[in-house]
Amino acid sequence: MASEHVVVNCTINGENQVFLANERDSLLEALRDRIGLTGVKEGCNNGNCGACCVNMDGRIVNSCLVMAAECEGAQIRTVEGLADGDQLSPLQNAFLEQAALQCGICTPGFLVAAEALLEQNPDPTEHEIRYWLAGNLCRCTGYDKIIKAVQQAAGQSVV
Amino acid sequence: MQAVKYARASSVEEAISLLQEGGDGARPLAGGTDVIVQARERTRDISLFVDIKHIPELIGIDHSADGLTIGAATPCYQIYGDDKIQSDYPILVDSCSLIGGTAIQGRASLGGNLCNSSPAADGIPSLIVLEAQVEIAGPNGRRSVPVEDFCTAPGRNVLAAGEFVTKLTFPAPAGGSGARFLRFIPRNEMDIAVTNAATQLRLNGDGSVAWARVSIGAVAPTPLLVADAAAALIGQPLSEQTIAAAADASRAAANPITDMRGSIRQRVHLAGVLTERTIRQAAERAA
Repeated sequence: MASEHVVVNCTINGENQVFLANERDSLLEALRDRIGLTGVKEGCNNGNCGACCVNMDGRIVNSCLVMAAECEGAQIRTVEGLADGDQLSPLQNAFLEQAALQCGICTPGFLVAAEALLEQNPDPTEHEIRYWLAGNLCRCTGYDKIIKAVQQAAGQSVV
Repeated sequence: MQAVKYARASSVEEAISLLQEGGDGARPLAGGTDVIVQARERTRDISLFVDIKHIPELIGIDHSADGLTIGAATPCYQIYGDDKIQSDYPILVDSCSLIGGTAIQGRASLGGNLCNSSPAADGIPSLIVLEAQVEIAGPNGRRSVPVEDFCTAPGRNVLAAGEFVTKLTFPAPAGGSGARFLRFIPRNEMDIAVTNAATQLRLNGDGSVAWARVSIGAVAPTPLLVADAAAALIGQPLSEQTIAAAADASRAAANPITDMRGSIRQRVHLAGVLTERTIRQAAERAA
């Protein structure tokens, strides 16, 4: 059975977007290949690594596990929506100051996930941060610097 | 990805006709955290996703005097975020907060966990000890199945062509009852159970067990209801001896395989350990 194209209307980073997707496209493929938002990364493509994490209707999701056609009417936020022009968000600055990245592939997913955590829980414990981010894998940093960056962004003192 | 098509159903009737038209390759889509991977990795032939989560009766949580109803497509985060589920059915919080990580819990549903019918599903033992009923809709009308009879083999269940799960219903918790789900994995989170277990029990005023139900997972082709473990508890004081007898019953019921996650010996051992711990912790919640 041949897939057909579908027109999807949604909001991405606060702007209305109408895009044409193949019916078989994931949201990850649509964001990267159809819309050009290449901040979202493909890691495992099966829901284990969190590199493709985006915010959909207020919840973080793995965009590799969302069909693009499902996004009709959805509010999507990607890593590109965090900065205000050239001004990085406090969380992004904290990642830089804490050196919370090395190769950087996992970073957009961590930023989107951590931002969603701080929105709903502005003063999380270390345990809450680690538990929330358990679905985001980083093979470089050993996580401590990422946790410290989130703590710094939450206004907590970081040793 | 296979050349899969997508259709959004807005009513149960529309979903049934879409699934019928789609034939063997049509699959209901709720959170998609299993079926989208299966379509991509071609572990199932899927040619059409019928998105059922926009059907009103499939989403949401309803508490009434008769008990609890959860729409089959309701995502895990809504379930563990519900105040009354936290107070009256904390075992559902145990399960739903262990299924995948935060991003999975934003989409994955208990109905999907059930229909994926994995022997290691972290939702199903809890549904079994809570005596959940599975509400099913299909071309021949509606029917209801006790959850312990739903799974028939790894990845297989009683759903016939064109059928899908609409709701899970639970009786109201009886006074003096408590329930607990536990899973063993070699790390703290984000892994598939080596073995899991759930117990619900009701205590009499004198501390003896009035009623119990025990379920173990990842130790057989389907999650198991262990009637002998419950029988070892009912009518007895909650003593070391009674709990050990229930754990023995779970070890005897376990019929696992050895695979990358664990050996037969480890899983049989864990079935006993987790039965014992869920009994103790269910009793703490009952008190």
